[in-house]
Order: sequence, then structure tokens, then C-alpha cells
Amino acid sequence: MTSVLLTTPLEPLHRRLGARLVPFAGYAMPVQYPAGILAEHTQCRTKAALFDVSHMGQVRVEGPAAAEALERATPADLVSLAPGRQRYALLTTDTGGILDDAMIARLAEDRFFLVLNAARKDVDLARLRALLTPSVTLTPLENRALIALQGPAAEAVLARAGAEEAVALPFLGVAETRVAGFSVLVSRSGYTGEDGFEISVAAEDAIALAEALLADPDVAPAGLGARDSLRLEAGLCLYGNDIDETTSPVEAGLVWTIGKRRRVDWDFPGAERIRRELDEGPARRRVGILPEGRQPARAGTEVLAADGTPIGTLTSGTFGPSVGGPIAMGYVASRFAGDATPVELSLRGRLVPARIHPLPFVPHRYKRSSRTS
Amino acid sequence: MSEMKFTKDHEWIRLDGDVATVGITDHAQTALGDVVFVELPEVGRIVTAGEACAVVESVKAASDIYAPISGKVVEVNHALSDNPGLVNTSPLADGWFFRLEPSDAAELEALLDETAYAAYLETL
Repeated sequence: MTSVLLTTPLEPLHRRLGARLVPFAGYAMPVQYPAGILAEHTQCRTKAALFDVSHMGQVRVEGPAAAEALERATPADLVSLAPGRQRYALLTTDTGGILDDAMIARLAEDRFFLVLNAARKDVDLARLRALLTPSVTLTPLENRALIALQGPAAEAVLARAGAEEAVALPFLGVAETRVAGFSVLVSRSGYTGEDGFEISVAAEDAIALAEALLADPDVAPAGLGARDSLRLEAGLCLYGNDIDETTSPVEAGLVWTIGKRRRVDWDFPGAERIRRELDEGPARRRVGILPEGRQPARAGTEVLAADGTPIGTLTSGTFGPSVGGPIAMGYVASRFAGDATPVELSLRGRLVPARIHPLPFVPHRYKRSSRTS
Repeated sequence: MSEMKFTKDHEWIRLDGDVATVGITDHAQTALGDVVFVELPEVGRIVTAGEACAVVESVKAASDIYAPISGKVVEVNHALSDNPGLVNTSPLADGWFFRLEPSDAAELEALLDETAYAAYLETL
């Protein structure tokens, strides 16, 4: 049986740029370009990197009381989300697991824009269709690309591309505006820990917009490989690795995504488990783990207490180019989750010492206010 | 210095006198991407042809390195501990992995020569 990979609107550009394309969530996606993952990672931390994230689901939700309708699927507070603002939100299962994590933007009082994980968009859409009230419509936007421009130079690059309105956005601000002359929906957000923008654009404009941005000397393309090392250094979760339907927002340390009002009303899917874990403490917690030495520890690696007792598993692990060594994330029994707790990792039959490390590994450099430089 | 021989697992080996030097090919380092860690065998270890005896890790993944022929490990390239990127920048020279005293140098005859290896790469 063969399965045909989907392609994004930028696929011809990736080929022209010499990308190595690999299957990811059903799409042929660039894992790296000729520069390589280390150079692409450093490009994003020092200048600006352009990522194709068009495999992600883009969905419009609109209608009277759309905020209240969406709150049936998430513990995030969307009613209080101001138009022109975006919020990181979890979709929860009825048993308190995480169905997906998403960026939810409020474009207008009754109009929202969601960005969903590629591998979860079908599950999410079915869930939202089941929960949303009939007056609210859900429209998957099939003919759009999503381009992430990330890094300390991203703002200057957009300024040179004539995107004054985008440049003026604060972190998690969102606007329907123009970049390089193209009509876009842009948010000041990303998945790297750096300042940056995610730009939703019509499929037919995607290559021209990407080329316009890549023409800036401060921009170079980066693939999924660098995206993964950047997000792990930033302590950000990868759905399917670090969070899934079995992990709860409390275990994952994502309680901050639950609105205060929602924790008074407890009116969201999975509230029972989440409330219990908040009261009693979860049995395990997501933590950062810093292995000693240079050998990367990968997802699936067993975590042991100093006395050899199994206490958990790594869910992500790689070499952190900006850290200059291996970094990992995983779940451990709660009493071992304290900062600097010594643990051991079982790597190819050897025990490698490691310790619990606060997240992120590399400080975030988001643009918290449009006034600061 | 004898001719370089190759395996279908993309190791190279070259016999100089009584000692053979082993590394990975340019094709292998390109496919792996940026190498960030190399685990080398212990000096004195006896390996048989095809045995996994080193590990090379790129940012993305770990791969085993196999002994192209049987023998005893007599030296390892400690420079790779501090600078694993040598595998990328100089796969056929400074990025060598380990040296073997072959138990039967005739095993080299069974390996691919440069032309045969190049032809093999064309089939991939």
C-alpha cells in the first residue's frame, strides 16, 4: 500500500532551494536546507529564519457568541480575549487529556482564527463540529499557506517589506494587513522562543511572499529540524511527543492556559480530572532535563532516580545548538520534579547522569510591548 | 598506503601497513547532517565484520557504525569527542573513527572499491 504525501504551496520553492523533504504528518516537508540544522538554528537565534508551516490547520470560526461556543472545547478564556489578540489554548478531552494545542486569534467580536497541528486537524474539526452551536460556522481554510518568520531581525525585515502594521504588533497581537504588498493575516507569535511573526497568506501568493522575504540578506530558510531544536530549547511542547490525550494540562505544566473564570465555573471538557489534579497534585510532571556530557538522549529514553528506580520517560530530546549540548523534556514522578534533582538516563545500556532543569533552556525573547526596542 | 574500500553501510576503510583506518563516507555524513556526538569503541575490543561498534549522532538521530572487517581496535580518534563536526568537514581524513588490526586482511577483498561504491550510490 502506498500513501501519497500532500504538499504545501511552497513545495516548488523548497525544491529550488535544495531542501531535503521528508514525510511529516502526511506532508512532504523540508527537514533542512543545504545550510544544515545547526546553521539554520543559529540563523534564527541571530538574524531571521523563514519556515514553511503550511501543513498546520487554519480554521475560521464565526457567528454570534463564537467565543462562548469555542469555550465548549477549551478551558482557555476566549470571552475576555480582545479583538486583535491571540492566545495559546488547549483543546481538552472529556477525561481531561489534551486533544490538541492551538493558537486562537480573535479577529473581531464574533470572528476567530485557529491554527491547529497538522496531525490533529481532522480530530479537532470533528470535535469542534460536535461541540459548536448551530449558529457558529466552522470553515477550514484549505487554500492558504502559513509562513513563520522568526528571529531578532524579523521585525526589521518586515519593516523593510513595508509591513508597518505588522511591525507595530505586540507579542500575540494579530492583524489583517499587507506584507510585501500581499494581503495577509499576521500574528506576532511563533514556536522558537524568539520574536517573530506567523503569516497566513493565500496559496497563490505564498511563493512570491516567501521569495520577497528571502531576498532580504538577514533571512534564510530553515526546516523542521531547526524548528524542533529551537522549540525544545524554548521549552515549548510538541503535540504527540510532550502532550497527548493521556497527559493533562496539570501534568504538562500548562495550567496557565486555563482562564481564571474557567477555574471558578469548571465548565470545560475534562474539568473533573483537572480540578482533582490541581487539588491533590498530579502523579507526574513535565520537566526539562539536562543530560551530562554530549550524547543526545532521545524521546522514549527511560528516566531513573539516583537509586535506579524508574521514575519516567523522555518525550523529546535532541542536541541544543544554542545550549551547546544535549537537552530533553519528559515526565517524571512529581516528587522528582524539583529543579536540579539528580536523575539518570538509560542510554544504549549505559546510565548517563542528568538533572532536572527549569524550562526554557534558552530565555524567550518575545516582544512584550511594541514600545520597547 | 593502500586503496580505500567501502561498505554498503557507507563506512570506508584503508589499510596502512598492519593497521586499517575506518570512517564514514561523504555520502553518509551528508545524509546524517550535522554530527553532534560520536561514541567510539574501547581500545582493545575485538570486533567482527558487520558488528555495530560506534555510534554517530546528528541533531536529528542516532546511527550505528559497523566494523567493515574483523579485528582488534587499536586506536580511536579522540579529536571527535571535542569536535564531532570533523565527521562533516573531513569525513575521509580528519574525521576518521577508529583503527583496527585486521584478523584477516583478506576480508578487505570482499568490500567495494571506489568505482563499485560510486555505482552503488547511483542505485540508491
